[in-house]
Amino acid sequence: MIVRFAGDSGDGMQLAGSRFTEATAEHGNDFATLPSFPAEIRAPAGTLAGVSAFQIHFAAQDILTPGDEPDVLVAMNPAALRSELPALARSGTVIANEDAFSKRNLQKAGYESNPLEDSSLDNYHLIRIPMTSLTASAVEALEGVSTRDAGRAKNLFALGVVTWLYDRPTQPTEDWLRRKFVNKPGPLEANLAAFRAGWNFGETSELIDVQYKVDPATDVPAGTYRNVNGTTATALGLIAASIRADLPLVLASYPITPASELLHELARHQDMGVRTIQAEDEIAAAGMALGAAFGGALGVTATSGPGMDLKTETIGLAMMLELPLVVIDVQRAGPSTGMPTKTEQSDLLMAIHGRHGESPVPVVAASTPGQCFEAAYEAARIAIHYRTPVILLSDLFLANSSEPWRIPDAAELPPIEPNFAEATDEPFEPYARDARGARPWAIPGTPGLAHRIGGLEKEDVSGDISYDGDNHALMTSLRAAKVAAISAELPLLEVDEDPGAELLILGWGSSRGAIRAAARRVRANARSVAIAHLHHLQPLPANMGEVLERYERVLVPEMNTGQLAQLLRAEFLVPVESYCKLEGKPLFAAELEREIEARL
Amino acid sequence: MTTELTAKDFTSDQETRWCPGCGDYAVLAAVQKLMPELGVEPHRVVFVSGIGCSGRFAYYMDTYGMHGIHGRAPALATGLAAARDDLSIWVVTGDGDALSIGGNHLIHALRRNVPLKILMFNNQVYGLTKGQASPTSERGMVTKSTPFGAQDAPFNPLALAIGAGATFAARTVDRDRHHMTDVLRAAAHHEGSAFVEIYQNCPVFNDGAFFALTEKDRAVFNRIPLAHGEPIRFGPDGEHGVARNERGELEIVGGERDDLVVHDAHRDDPTLAFALAGLAQSPNEPTPIGVFRSVKRPVGVAEAGAKLAAARANLQPGALAELLHGSDTWTVA
Repeated sequence: MIVRFAGDSGDGMQLAGSRFTEATAEHGNDFATLPSFPAEIRAPAGTLAGVSAFQIHFAAQDILTPGDEPDVLVAMNPAALRSELPALARSGTVIANEDAFSKRNLQKAGYESNPLEDSSLDNYHLIRIPMTSLTASAVEALEGVSTRDAGRAKNLFALGVVTWLYDRPTQPTEDWLRRKFVNKPGPLEANLAAFRAGWNFGETSELIDVQYKVDPATDVPAGTYRNVNGTTATALGLIAASIRADLPLVLASYPITPASELLHELARHQDMGVRTIQAEDEIAAAGMALGAAFGGALGVTATSGPGMDLKTETIGLAMMLELPLVVIDVQRAGPSTGMPTKTEQSDLLMAIHGRHGESPVPVVAASTPGQCFEAAYEAARIAIHYRTPVILLSDLFLANSSEPWRIPDAAELPPIEPNFAEATDEPFEPYARDARGARPWAIPGTPGLAHRIGGLEKEDVSGDISYDGDNHALMTSLRAAKVAAISAELPLLEVDEDPGAELLILGWGSSRGAIRAAARRVRANARSVAIAHLHHLQPLPANMGEVLERYERVLVPEMNTGQLAQLLRAEFLVPVESYCKLEGKPLFAAELEREIEARL
Repeated sequence: MTTELTAKDFTSDQETRWCPGCGDYAVLAAVQKLMPELGVEPHRVVFVSGIGCSGRFAYYMDTYGMHGIHGRAPALATGLAAARDDLSIWVVTGDGDALSIGGNHLIHALRRNVPLKILMFNNQVYGLTKGQASPTSERGMVTKSTPFGAQDAPFNPLALAIGAGATFAARTVDRDRHHMTDVLRAAAHHEGSAFVEIYQNCPVFNDGAFFALTEKDRAVFNRIPLAHGEPIRFGPDGEHGVARNERGELEIVGGERDDLVVHDAHRDDPTLAFALAGLAQSPNEPTPIGVFRSVKRPVGVAEAGAKLAAARANLQPGALAELLHGSDTWTVA
């Protein structure tokens, strides 16, 4: 990852950059740096010529050069943005000091309109922070700190933000400040306060920037590509599904990190007929989505772990009403509030089992940022065709990472047919079932189909309230059978075979990229390993058991304590092995390579 | 419509199963009788209910209906209203459902002014779970969960609704079909959220809680009827009235006074409605009934929904492809 700090030469950008480098080094990352000083020693403040930049590159391993394109640009003023933006990678992150984007500074930099407000930065991840004023507020109450000290401390604020965002340790910077300003208590206090304020701002506002971006490659299928992150791909998948199904899209959500981004993304698309509601709470959000579905819309609610707890009751109702509902869980590290800005895959068992009563619902999991499109589309398709709530599991890492995505042909997306019920001469039977086991979706406003549904147990076919024991047993099995039968139309689990492989690495969710990279490395060493990746967790693909039996050993890497492994052992009585990671970080190829090698 | 609708057209084939003598029967009959005159076909009407005795209401209307989960009916109905602006949506709830477990959804539906008619059956007790204190139980009320008397102060549902920004707030009683029908009609014609508190007798767990306002010999002394534009006067011969004292508070005075408060339900300022809601501390004393407040405010959720439906209807054929492409693409041959 490459971070470029840019500002006026007087802004102390070199200082911020070099501190970050040292913090990075202490963090055990390889790094390389590339400073860029302004050509003129004293170029006028705020002008392009006065921009000073400092770039560093760090990663877990294998860094040989400072990198060409920065992934992150910290722009302290408009001139810095204008001068450095062309170098920024596609879909890179811009952290802008919005205080500096005054009319005068914009003019000096040659901007006609404010790039933070027009849509010119749409292709970047823009984080706007009023750094000058926040720094001033952090510093103003300190004794013995001059206005000049305060004004110069904003670079440390920026450094604090970046230190938070990329998980660098704070101690080295604080120690270094103490050494540098050993006899200057004013500047020391100002810089410390600004640095801490920046770090705290990142934490309190739950800033996230997952910097795992895949560069465009050439050995990929032909087609037109764009960069997407998981959030955008999910939003596009939902919009595409709603248009293909010819249903209005209603997303109801309550703000929560990191799922709020999806609300923001979809809220922008009113012109596509997308309706977003910011609900009063997570429960209401699920209820509104379900109410919209009752009215014939594609109802969607999105949240993260704690919100899932609250939606559970409504998911149970949707399951009982047998209405389409898409529930998106952008997983983060739990339990409880846990680590809202860190990734995890620990909601799998909750998605599958986390409701009272016998309440099976389909569970779909996205595997890469771009694949979120397909996963969201698939979740909507299953929900609509089978009249069932579907849980789509994404995670913080997927939502915030980006990759080149081959844009699908809109006309060739699989059909989604809501197939609303229409009146016939026969009396309407709300719980009669079609070949898929799905009941009719009869929306209010349809003459002749007025009916009542609810959470109480239904009599088979008629849908009347029933407390009959035999009927309850029958309905329980019909609801389970409907979900189980989905596997009949799902693709079989595809195994990326390797001749002679006795070990299968079976993944799900966001570990797909890391597993593939690890397998490539192992195979490059002339060793054999097979890999497969699950996108449907409930029901599992029809050949799941057969695939498991084909291999001597099966390793399931997960960012949890082994939830998929548990499911597979319970269902197939096979000795699946787990590799578990619970550090709030995605799985990396290097560690998986090590785990695979240890088993060969 | 060629044939005139009757109450029968709104009556489902389900056997009503409330306890004998339950006030809910009267509300159901009044709603079924009112519906035909509203001119909305049954298939365009939706009843959404929560959990509790009132929750069963949805099953007895031959309209579309959803018996939801405890307290969530306003949320479910808000979602429905967001998706559809062509329906008449009614929420049926109770004091426990609306004010306890579902309090948040109620106040936010009212705040948003979602076009819902919210009928809250208030019997001051949990009936379905067999007699626990509810958020409207009066202090000292002995129930199974409060054997030494309820300790907590009750909610004043109308004050709560008005405080939440309700554009329509009214109170009626189960045992006066005529009054109830008038109030329900006014609610039905209101453009945004209409909140109606219905004092409803629970003959099993709280019998007679509202008899001071419903029984012939007592009602005439205790009902303070609210009529827009009229001085607020009550009693068999109008011998009592409501006026403001020197502190500006409402109080009950002699009906002969010429400075009685003139009811104004259409005032944008909610203070009169709020003061009237607080006039009675208990339904065992003189209590205002009728429409407290009925004002116009932009209707939430549904109007925006209609605009978005239009946006979708006018979508150009290539719009999805264009959206998928975004602004920065490259091609791999």
